[in-house]
Amino acid sequence: MRQKSFLGRFRESQLFWPLVAWVIILIFNAFVDPSFFKIGIMPDPVYGNHLYGNLIDVFNNGAPLILVAIGMTMVIATGGIDLSVGAVIAISAAMGAVLINPALGNKLISNEILTKDATNTPLAIIILADLAAGTLCGLWNGFLVSRVRIQPMVATLILMVAGRGIAQLITNGQIMTIYYTPYFWFGNGYILGLPVSIYIVAVVLLLGWLLVRKTPIGLFIESVGINAKATYYSGINEQNVKLLAYAFCGFCGAIAGLILSSYVHSADGNNNGLYYELDAILSVVIGGTLMTGGRFSMLASAIGAVVIWTFTVTIYSLGVPANALLAAKAVLVLVVILLYSDYSRRLINRLFERRRGIRHDTAIPRDTAS
Amino acid sequence: MTDTPALVKLQGISKSFPGVVALEDVDFILNKGEIHALMGENGAGKSTLIKILTGVEHPDSGTIELDGKLVQVRSPQHSQELGISTVYQEVNLCTNVSVAENIMLGHEPHRFGSIDWRKMNEMAHMAINRLSLDIDVTQPLGSFSVAIQQMVAISRALEGLSSQVLILDEPTSSLDMHETNLLFDVMRKLKSEGIGIIFITHFLDQVYQVADRITVLRNGKLVGTYKAATLARVELVAKMLGRNLTDLNAISKVKTQEEEKKEKELLVAAKDLGLKGSLEPMDLELYAHEILGIAGLLGSGRTEMADLIFGIDSPDNGTIVVCGEIMKRHSPLESLKRGIALCPEDRKAEGIVGDLTVRENIILALQASYGWFKFLSKQRQTEIAEKYIKLLGIVTPSSDQLVKNLSGGNQQKVILARWLATNPRVLILDEPTRGIDVGAKAEIQKLVVELAEEGKSCVFISSEMEEVLRISDRIAVLRDHKKVAEYSCGVDDKTLIHTMAGEL
Repeated sequence: MRQKSFLGRFRESQLFWPLVAWVIILIFNAFVDPSFFKIGIMPDPVYGNHLYGNLIDVFNNGAPLILVAIGMTMVIATGGIDLSVGAVIAISAAMGAVLINPALGNKLISNEILTKDATNTPLAIIILADLAAGTLCGLWNGFLVSRVRIQPMVATLILMVAGRGIAQLITNGQIMTIYYTPYFWFGNGYILGLPVSIYIVAVVLLLGWLLVRKTPIGLFIESVGINAKATYYSGINEQNVKLLAYAFCGFCGAIAGLILSSYVHSADGNNNGLYYELDAILSVVIGGTLMTGGRFSMLASAIGAVVIWTFTVTIYSLGVPANALLAAKAVLVLVVILLYSDYSRRLINRLFERRRGIRHDTAIPRDTAS
Repeated sequence: MTDTPALVKLQGISKSFPGVVALEDVDFILNKGEIHALMGENGAGKSTLIKILTGVEHPDSGTIELDGKLVQVRSPQHSQELGISTVYQEVNLCTNVSVAENIMLGHEPHRFGSIDWRKMNEMAHMAINRLSLDIDVTQPLGSFSVAIQQMVAISRALEGLSSQVLILDEPTSSLDMHETNLLFDVMRKLKSEGIGIIFITHFLDQVYQVADRITVLRNGKLVGTYKAATLARVELVAKMLGRNLTDLNAISKVKTQEEEKKEKELLVAAKDLGLKGSLEPMDLELYAHEILGIAGLLGSGRTEMADLIFGIDSPDNGTIVVCGEIMKRHSPLESLKRGIALCPEDRKAEGIVGDLTVRENIILALQASYGWFKFLSKQRQTEIAEKYIKLLGIVTPSSDQLVKNLSGGNQQKVILARWLATNPRVLILDEPTRGIDVGAKAEIQKLVVELAEEGKSCVFISSEMEEVLRISDRIAVLRDHKKVAEYSCGVDDKTLIHTMAGEL
């Protein structure tokens, strides 16, 4: 049998379609606004010289979404969905903000506090509390889905609504401004000229990959997503698989909340991470993981998130007003869904087959000659 | 031959898919008022032929005549309009709505723009009556047994359209004896009304019970069409397999005296095991080197018993002792760790994970027993998979093939491989031969016998009494969710039938 070419294998990989979508947007930019690709060096007294440009922005600003999309992939792969990630982002952000402020309660908005690194809590504790809060939220979702057996959409809807309330409870109903230089580093810092958030994404992707591909957990997740009953019959604790997926999703949401609150220097229970769950689901869809569960790729979802942000930045740089962005996004959703439909896939595949067929014909004489 | 044109006449049908020739120059004739059995092993081309007749696939060459008129069946809907109705193996109806709604779906009677429920129920009742069945059509379909659901599927197929041709694809695979007979009565009645029936089944007995003629396919080619009355059973099997069937007969276990004497090790002892509404308390002992056959009609509690022993359900009464140790927690994982395995009855829902590869399906249980962190490397997985593919003769292009693309018999073997890979001491097989072809059936039976010889304890649950009788050392009989008797291997089929039916 003929070994498939690298291109052939790549075309069948889950990364192919999201990359195609990304390249299409990039090509569009190349024609309409070549300055989109310009990357310059920005002198920076605080974090050292670093790169800047639209492409850097895509990854820097898109980092929280990429993280959430990675977590969402795992949940969707088990056949579930997590609508609460936006709220989890808000809770995580609120947690960080409240721990950074040295004075609790209503006294906290004072100029003195806002302009000084006056926190009493060590940074490590703040980060741990952030991550713990998010993971706990995920465990709660996972508990409702796997043990109480509530439909994932309903189960996570509870936290989606309640979570913003919890975030406001934590911050006492205030939009809390954060002033703590070490904390800002996550959303604004640079390492070797590249934003810190990119490194965080890379680390989480690596951790996620190790978790699902270097342990049987990935196989278990896919198996649960395809046929939970048969998986249970095979001796796999299907409930714990789901619990883990939701916990991981909450964990990713927590990191996203950390970066986001660090970037905007504040925690706002009502608006932090608003609609992130929807963008994350869209990222997973663009990444080609089926909403019904089963085969998944975190990297493909991450690329899906990059596609969404590239699209957003493109729209902004075209000068489209911000309030028209949602309409433009709707067009993106439509195009993606059409592109991914069985019909158009068959059409495109047939085009490929035809081209390959011609190549085969020309290759035959050479094969027989040798 | 009769003067009237045949109901269906297929001539020179060929169809190939990328890589395989599914049908090659096949002729097929169905007459009015005839039950025509279509036989062949999995992959013989039966399904493809049916798909062509029902418009799901289009032939590469050949002609289709209906009532002497040349037609082209464009789509499943078009085939229905032409009077061809099909009932598939899996009942695809909605179990949560009423029988009447299921039957009348798509041609509900209307009054003032809304559905006329009373008329609809009446019409549905008439349709059901046509099959000599009397049930409350307003009840949800799910509240009836699979057999009744099957009947509903048939009356749905017949309803509203002037059906001349009825295709029954494995209609009896989930029916018990009584229900099957009920279905056969219906088939004969329809036949007397002049309807032509194409009947596909794996049960040889049933073919001889109802079929007038038999068409045999093998590897996509027509072997021949025969009158059922003149074709001996052995001949039929030989034609289906294309070889002689000495090994089919040779399976039955010959016990040496030595073996009899050997002290058998008690592996599992269930005492007063029961669960309210599922199984009445019963004792059961499983020994090494032994096959325990479970006989009983559908719904007699066979599957419930298997589920209890394997820990799918937790008993509310009694204990299970595995190798001298009482099971305190009941779950598949616990059972797996103690060396108990279950090949479940519902292959599709409980067995295979369709979108995973053969390799992943085979190593799934083994990996589960290793836990979450000890990972079988891909190379190791492939080794294990290849080993069992070879051992069980699983027909697949490679171990990376998705399991859903395999035939039923091969899927069953994959599930078997999944459990054999964990090296269990007790293997519970719930209907392992259901819906698979004669050849694969024989192979699986042979395998079970071999496994018992190696020292495993096998529990063999089957609706086919013949195979239970043939391979079991002991037979437990269940009736109405209760164990009613236990026989040693010498029991004859009459006693068994009477016990199952409760007439003893």
